Amino acid sequence: MSAAAALSALPGRKSILAPPSKAADTAFYALTFAMAITVLALVLIVGVELFRGAQASIHSFGWRFFVGANWDPVNNDFGALPFIAGTAVSSILGTAIALPLSLATAIFLTELAPAWARQPVSTLVEMLASIPSVILGLWGIYVMVPWLHDALFPLLKRYFGFLPIFQGPIGGGYCMLSAAMIIAIMIVPIITSIAREVFRAVPDSQRDAAYALGATHWEATRLAVLNASTRGIFGAAMLGLARALGETMAVTMVIGNRPGFSASLFAPGSTLASTIANEFVEAVSDLHLSALFELGLALLLVTIVINLLARLLLGALGRKTRLGL
Amino acid sequence: MAVAAASLTASAQLLINGAGATFPYPIYSKWFYEYSKVDPTVHFNYQSIGSGAGQRQIIEGTVDFGASDGPMSDQSLSRAPAKLLHIPTVAGADVLTYNLPGNPHLNLDGPAIAGIYLGTITKWNDPHLAALNPGLTLPDSDIEVVHRSDGSGTTYILTDYLSSVSPEWARRVGRGTSVRWPAGLGAKGNEGVTGQVRQLPSSIGYVELVYALQNKLPYADVQNAAGRSITPSLESVSAALATAKVPEDFRFSIVNAPGEGAYPISGVTWLLLYEQQRDPQKGKKMVEFLKWAMTKGESMAAPLNYAPMPSNLLQRVLEKIDKIKY
Amino acid sequence: MNDLHHQWRKAKNWIVSGLCFACALMVLLPLGLVVFHLIRMGASSIDWAFLTQLPNRAGEPGGGMANAIVGSLILISLAAAIGIPVGVLGGIYLAEYASDRRRASIRFAADLLNGTPSIVWGIVVYALVVRPMKGASAYAGGLALALIIIPLVIRTTEEILQLVPNGHREAALALGIPKWKGIVFIVLKTARQGILSGALLACSRVAGETAPLLFTAAGNDSWSRKLSEPIASLPRQIYDFAIGPYDDWHRQAWAGALILMMVALAINVTVRILMRGSSLPSGQMTQM
Repeated sequence: MSAAAALSALPGRKSILAPPSKAADTAFYALTFAMAITVLALVLIVGVELFRGAQASIHSFGWRFFVGANWDPVNNDFGALPFIAGTAVSSILGTAIALPLSLATAIFLTELAPAWARQPVSTLVEMLASIPSVILGLWGIYVMVPWLHDALFPLLKRYFGFLPIFQGPIGGGYCMLSAAMIIAIMIVPIITSIAREVFRAVPDSQRDAAYALGATHWEATRLAVLNASTRGIFGAAMLGLARALGETMAVTMVIGNRPGFSASLFAPGSTLASTIANEFVEAVSDLHLSALFELGLALLLVTIVINLLARLLLGALGRKTRLGL
Repeated sequence: MAVAAASLTASAQLLINGAGATFPYPIYSKWFYEYSKVDPTVHFNYQSIGSGAGQRQIIEGTVDFGASDGPMSDQSLSRAPAKLLHIPTVAGADVLTYNLPGNPHLNLDGPAIAGIYLGTITKWNDPHLAALNPGLTLPDSDIEVVHRSDGSGTTYILTDYLSSVSPEWARRVGRGTSVRWPAGLGAKGNEGVTGQVRQLPSSIGYVELVYALQNKLPYADVQNAAGRSITPSLESVSAALATAKVPEDFRFSIVNAPGEGAYPISGVTWLLLYEQQRDPQKGKKMVEFLKWAMTKGESMAAPLNYAPMPSNLLQRVLEKIDKIKY
Repeated sequence: MNDLHHQWRKAKNWIVSGLCFACALMVLLPLGLVVFHLIRMGASSIDWAFLTQLPNRAGEPGGGMANAIVGSLILISLAAAIGIPVGVLGGIYLAEYASDRRRASIRFAADLLNGTPSIVWGIVVYALVVRPMKGASAYAGGLALALIIIPLVIRTTEEILQLVPNGHREAALALGIPKWKGIVFIVLKTARQGILSGALLACSRVAGETAPLLFTAAGNDSWSRKLSEPIASLPRQIYDFAIGPYDDWHRQAWAGALILMMVALAINVTVRILMRGSSLPSGQMTQM
């Protein structure tokens, strides 16, 4: 019996032997292609819509928008500098707080932890990432900030009060430092995860070489892994920073929401995202709304630039792993 | 079971969307609830997101009615696609609420409040405040100032008042639903400011009277134009209303009213809707609701410490409502 | 001398290991505290009434979040209905058909979108849908969430499909099966747990999103009868109640947050179980 006859005797097999329909193949290809390029289309749409919405503001203020310190809805004069500064300070500070903790955790997970501990700790760190921003904000308002206000901030003020960043009244605790801390909590998982990949990418031969020279566990890690990973670590930090820039809800809930500058970390502030969240629905004048669009555009551009920097630093690793989450 | 029943009645319901002022949220909330018993076929969804939002959304047409504690400016009105009506509903008081040990009863005046919000008066035991409160020992602590982070008519009423009693305020900040605050923390909505002041020792904020009452917060007496120290209440707001001169379009201000017993930081709140309603069904229901609100609804204002419209004004408002076409 | 130095090195080793362990614990501390407080402040408030009642009038204690819970379910369903098919099909293109250059550029675009702050999606959908439609709606909210899901699912699908051994594809072609059937019936089937996991994780992610809904779905203090009306959602309700003045609202915010957290955890656990049963290595699947 020929193979074809044998095969067609099997139930349900007939259809497979029918000559393949070119049309179906092309249709499926076209479908998947179309779906894939929605991503490109979306990038364009986001850029275009933000730009269009920001037109009035761009036209009125030009470059002054980014250096103006005056955000005045009454007189329709808008300068975004307080929010740019607020975003920069809270995000960079948050990343600075998160970075050492994340690196140490990543080292723990890749190099130092006993095998039985790796999976559970790793899982728990991922669970941290799954906490929605609004829940962290709720916890921030009613648990973290009161504790900071009662315990940590007075300590900081007492022992480090000679620094201008810790001077000034502590107020209610809803301030830049609280925002930085809550940002740090949110970005630790992503920095840890990328750092782990970076460390994993270091070939074992490097570690073995260090051990062969008589290094202790930590020394091997330091010499073989950390030294080789500086670029990767920067990349991980950049990714954390990019994520920090866009955090909205938890930040809005603990930052105090006041546009303005202060040298003190105990002073309230605002960020680009928190201002958009607070004022978007309520902007009465078209110019105000347009200014908010422009804030969104600024936020998007900065986020893209930092993400690109991160990709550059992470090199091949950056192209392989899923970034920007 | 309850869920199914709720959705069943909901399916027959007409939904009318409104948004705006947080100032009257408690009374509107009560009105919509009571009215749903009177007419179960219509449901009002009100988003208490600030007067600024109310004004914007009614101009854009993304809601069926807006609500604002600040009257719309000529400029804003000109941007509306059709004629917008201001329907005054109730009047209330902006009170200064604070969080001080022992909950003392504070006396303030215009220059004091302006100073606090300008950031020129920074401590509770400032001489000006001490002079106003001779019987109290005010603490030597910093005043934590709380204001609104969103666009609000409650802000409009306060800044309207401050602009009329403090030339420096008028020059530096001005009046508006959203202003450039020289000092302080921002919180969202009357709800946010109340919440913030409750949690923050040594703080002061401005909220609608009802929010302070519902949360048992202390509030200050304020010196009025006649020089008397007035406690914010139904009576003192009505006294302010009594002396108001009301133009045809119902946009009027009652801050710093001249009456003996008038509370100086009083304000009216309005519902904003188009004279020519887009949707006949919704228009009809809106008019029916407004008539109910201006008659039966007004009697519910007093228990919540809002001042109802005086009867001569009510008459004019009802005539205005009759003009709404659908 | 040598011995002392040696001991110092050993001591350093222990100290640093201890520090790293301490850091790992510190990092997990907020997680523990959040879960602890969610349970402590919220658990007692979750009862049948809370799950089935509508919110009460402002200031009146009691009431529930039934409309917010149902609203979130509706929004996630809308978002998934649009986002997941687009994402999965797009991922198939990337893994099965795309040339290296095309793949790189689409991946790049997807990564850009994944890095976009979610509030930006809110602004974009406001401009595209809410303004022309003259109002907030469930459609707008669902779309905003779908736009977050698409680049996420494209990447997770692509990654998991790449793990399917090429042998499967070659065997299918060798049998004369058309390419599309090979993909759908063999490759996809092998990868189904991974793809499903990616989809579930994306849903879990958008379930907690508040910012994009602020100006698209807005909120509703009652049921929404039509998808063209504003709709309540759990994260939005939690936010409104959390910053409000009434203690009763705060209590309900904790309860709502506990429900939301439980849903997110449930999905994560489901994903882990799914991936364990998969024939493919799970890799970074759970890292979202």
